[in-house]
Amino acid sequence: MSHHIVEFKDVFFRYPDGTQALGGINFRITHGESVGVVGANGAGKSTLLQHMNGYLMPASGTVTIGDLRLTKRTRQEIRRKVGIVFQNPDDQLFMPTVFDDVAFGPLNLGMDEASVRERVNKALCMVNSLALRDKPPHHLSCGQKSAVAIAAVMAMEPDILAMDEPAANLDPKSRRSLITLLKTFKHSKIIASHDLDLILDVCGRCIVIGDGVVVADGPSSEILSDRALLEENSLELPLSLQRR
Amino acid sequence: MTFDEKYFDIGRLDRLSYGETFVHRLDPRAKVIGTMLFLLTVVSFSKYEIAALAPFFLYPMLLVTVGEIPVRFIIKKMIVVSPFAIFIGIFNPILDTRTAAVILGVSVSTGWVSFLSILLKFTLTISVALLLIATTSFSGVCHALRRLGFPALFVSQLLFLYRYLFVLMEETMRIIRARDMRSFGKRGTGLRVFVRLIGILFLRTVDRAERIYYAMLSRGFAGDMPALKRSRMVLRDLAYLSVMIACLWVFRFFPITEGIGRRVQELLR
Repeated sequence: MSHHIVEFKDVFFRYPDGTQALGGINFRITHGESVGVVGANGAGKSTLLQHMNGYLMPASGTVTIGDLRLTKRTRQEIRRKVGIVFQNPDDQLFMPTVFDDVAFGPLNLGMDEASVRERVNKALCMVNSLALRDKPPHHLSCGQKSAVAIAAVMAMEPDILAMDEPAANLDPKSRRSLITLLKTFKHSKIIASHDLDLILDVCGRCIVIGDGVVVADGPSSEILSDRALLEENSLELPLSLQRR
Repeated sequence: MTFDEKYFDIGRLDRLSYGETFVHRLDPRAKVIGTMLFLLTVVSFSKYEIAALAPFFLYPMLLVTVGEIPVRFIIKKMIVVSPFAIFIGIFNPILDTRTAAVILGVSVSTGWVSFLSILLKFTLTISVALLLIATTSFSGVCHALRRLGFPALFVSQLLFLYRYLFVLMEETMRIIRARDMRSFGKRGTGLRVFVRLIGILFLRTVDRAERIYYAMLSRGFAGDMPALKRSRMVLRDLAYLSVMIACLWVFRFFPITEGIGRRVQELLR
């Protein structure tokens, strides 16, 4: 199948203050692949994710999602295909109750009431949070907020799931259940994280970014065991591969 | 009161609204309409009216009892905002010195009467507004306003205010804690540092607003906040509204207090 492809070709991006964030990014992710994006702080991971659904537009180069090239006109269409989960769930849960928040996306897609309810219930079940549906987000714990934020994105039934530091702020148990959850998704996944063990667990492929370019791209098991490469990029071996 | 206490206090008003009483279960639209009519009726009295306002205290008292709301909490909240009403009325006794009545040899000026009237109206309106929030979830009030035809932009502003009030408070709390931890004694708690803190808070808020907008766009936001119909007006709500309107009408146009006074006088005679 060709419609779940993500392709970046020579993507450049510069912030208004002059910082060059992306300096010619090239990669291609095929259907059903799950890819980890790693790199030092400020390497351009978040900027890269923000290009995936057209929040930021490349200064030059092309981003292609499925058979659509990202332009101002195709942006709305692309946002239906790519679901992005943010690092800070407070930024993402903006409605007064969990139910309203998860329903926000489906309602914007113009679905009728019955199917919206069904979608919301399904998405909340998926992350084991159905009991939270009537709570306001400010009464949830961090782990619960993350779970609901994922449900809110899953309720749109995106083809591609992009996540920015999904395990930040989670306790080990919530992190473990997140990993189990991520493994059950059959979507194409792109996960930007410093949690290299999570990437090793969930993603078959790993892309290392440094100073806005792709430094390395290959199977996670190979890349994440290359001590020299990782240390060059302010990273270290995943804990599970460290032997002392 | 320290900042932390204040913060949890706001949370308390919010928590009260999750109750499960008859008042809580009424349709938010019915309560919003009822409250508005109540407010309009109370402020429609002339500025020297005192006796006719008395029966209106029945409504907040009923809400407190049936809704199981702690009275002291509501009174405390009212005291916090009372300076506004006091400053509006405080000059009336000085400016308006015509004699209204002579009680036990002391002449009472119309200024004092109108001051008292302002205080009574203030007590009635603020307590009922607070009780509306304490017995109805904030999102319920917002959806009610939206469905009663208030502009979408206005309602979504209210929704965001409610949602991010708590986030912003936490942010402020963290900043203040960080400052206190590193300012030993008086240094560092001065005005200059405070002004900078406000600046930082503002910048963080702008950044957050941008991220929230991004999150909204990512989920297909196109200008209007969609909402599901969640409640229906049932018989209970209509009954509440009709009793409310009937009582307001009677209290407004018939001198209840005076009537009761006369009956009592007759009985005593």
